[in-house]
Amino acid sequence: MREYSTRQRVLWIVGSLVIVVYCLFPVAWLTSLSFKAPADLTNRQFLPTEPSTENYEQILPGGSAADLFMPALRNSIGISLIATGISVVLSMFAAYAIARLDFPGKRLILTTALAVAIFPAVSIVTPLFNLWRQIGLYDTWPGLIIPYLSLTLPLSIWIMSAFFREIPWEMEQAAQVDGATSWQAFRRVIVPLAAPGVFTTAIISFFTAWNDFVYGISLTSTSAARPVPAALNFFTGESQFIQPTGAISAAAIIVTIPVVVLVLIFQRQIVAGLTSGAVKG
Amino acid sequence: MAEITLNNVVKRYGDGFPAVNDISLDIADGEFMILVGPSGCGKSTLLRMIVGLEDITSGDVLIAGDRVNDKAPRDRNLSMVFQNYALYPHLTVYENIAFPLRLAHAPNTEVDERVRKAADLLELEEHLDRKPANLSGGQRQRVAMGRAIVRDAQAFLFDEPLSNLDAKLRGQMRTEIARLQKGLGITTVYVTHDQVEAMTLGDRVAVMRKGFLQQCATPRELYEQPANLFVAGFIGSPPMNFIPATVVDGGFATPFGNVRLPDDRTAGLGDQEVVLLGARPEHFDDVSLVDAAVKDRGLTFDAHVDVIEWLGNEQFAYVPYEAPEDITRQLAELERELDSEALRTQLVVALDAASRLPEGQTATLWLDLRKLHVFDPATGHNLTLASAAPGASDELEQEAHAEAERGLSDAGPADSAAAGSTSDRVDGAERPTDTTT
Repeated sequence: MREYSTRQRVLWIVGSLVIVVYCLFPVAWLTSLSFKAPADLTNRQFLPTEPSTENYEQILPGGSAADLFMPALRNSIGISLIATGISVVLSMFAAYAIARLDFPGKRLILTTALAVAIFPAVSIVTPLFNLWRQIGLYDTWPGLIIPYLSLTLPLSIWIMSAFFREIPWEMEQAAQVDGATSWQAFRRVIVPLAAPGVFTTAIISFFTAWNDFVYGISLTSTSAARPVPAALNFFTGESQFIQPTGAISAAAIIVTIPVVVLVLIFQRQIVAGLTSGAVKG
Repeated sequence: MAEITLNNVVKRYGDGFPAVNDISLDIADGEFMILVGPSGCGKSTLLRMIVGLEDITSGDVLIAGDRVNDKAPRDRNLSMVFQNYALYPHLTVYENIAFPLRLAHAPNTEVDERVRKAADLLELEEHLDRKPANLSGGQRQRVAMGRAIVRDAQAFLFDEPLSNLDAKLRGQMRTEIARLQKGLGITTVYVTHDQVEAMTLGDRVAVMRKGFLQQCATPRELYEQPANLFVAGFIGSPPMNFIPATVVDGGFATPFGNVRLPDDRTAGLGDQEVVLLGARPEHFDDVSLVDAAVKDRGLTFDAHVDVIEWLGNEQFAYVPYEAPEDITRQLAELERELDSEALRTQLVVALDAASRLPEGQTATLWLDLRKLHVFDPATGHNLTLASAAPGASDELEQEAHAEAERGLSDAGPADSAAAGSTSDRVDGAERPTDTTT
């Protein structure tokens, strides 16, 4: 680590603060909004005149919007977790093969994966909508999980194969000499060493599914599969003269919490450098 | 505990480059066998073929009489210490050592007993709960050895285990490994490029060059009866001096005067016109310190000593001389193969520390002719050895000699330049990607 002069340090701190404030301002605004009573929404100031939990009561069980919000929350959690699980497992195997084996078409797979990853989601929503209705996947959990996988897998494979490539091959050979089968070597040595990569891909997959709006709104029609971002769109005020902004803010805050918690839990694991000490260093 | 037999083992890579060429070796039960050679000579590849990490192109590897060519590494019951140790960073030292036992589903009590015994042997007890990242290089090395000795493997394989340690620690660990191997009495194959390790550790040493076995013999035999130029130049530090000489009616004309060798040194001499005389540095001496009784058994000559290195227990004098150009080129080629570089033709002379020869002046030196070797520069063969009594080497080593000669005729000096460029690439393939912090 190189030493910074006082001047540089101050500049760094100021720069960081600017970025943090810039990034967190919308979140702070959203939090403030969610604690404003409907009549208070347009009070033209940052803080609520009188903090109220009315919005939260409205969307949580027992509230008027709970029928809309609670199933959506359940859908979001379920779909995101399943999509994440499948994505991590599949990308782990795929990335391992890509990192370790030399097979024809390897480059093709990687480039295709990248191409898929940058393909605009909107352009495939309409065909998917038709296809899903024909084969009965419309408005179901698998109907959302499958497109989410197509979004997350390419990126996950890229990240994981980068992590696998970092692991000295000798670790695996050592395990094999020690009496491990290829599967045991993979599970007991390679996967733990690639843990930062596993967590990174898990989080990215989860966020992709959790934050998606396009597929959520297009491929669902009822609360059977509608995720939270899409459900927010259907929030209405108590009368048509009351804006649902407060309730939407409260719901947004609630769905942000798992994301923040996840990152806080896993940030330690994401820190790379777990392999230090494996080999001479 | 088992003997390892290699029969005509060949490793050919996809592009047809033979990294290991027709090697046959018998490693006896409990023997400490060293594979040594400059980088790219195929020694690591050979070791990895024994352990099962490289496929065998042709030939057989037998462990305790069983052909293991098609067995997975885990079914060969060998344990290996890797060059960079390959410890599992997510496990504690205890679990690292216990790993092979855990894989074998050993009961916890047995695991504990064996791990503690291994840790005790390697003085790792106080580190058992630490992670490899927090250990010093020497400790990591010991953990890697602990993982190797914790189960009853048929043999230990070491792949340059000391090359990552600093010089002092390397010396200590070398002694430790020797002690451990003697104590456990387990068959060991040890790969190194360091001839000091090879000489001090091995019961026998197999010298390899470009995939061919040059000579397999005890360290003493390698030193005193090298089979060819390569072995002679590789073993010994400072290396053997090669003095060009022309054959003149039964004697040799050298840049330092004409010599006539004892008959037993030249029996293998055919119709060569030019030969290389091999003289170890310690076969020279300051003439004033030579006992009069042996003085006439050697050559006394005047030479210009340009540099003297005094080391306390001995001193090295350097005597530059002119040699014919083709010989100089061949010696330079040999040097390059041995991973060093010859800037000029010179004699390295080891003198007694008591000698007071002045630097930068002409001195009178003495060369013991009784221990000179005569090499054929075209084939590299040791012509002195060809005349040595065959009883001196057992059947096994004769086989090794035959092997070496076969190897030499295939990879003689003529094609060595072409092969030299490819040898680097093999070395790169052997070496793992190092991802240390």
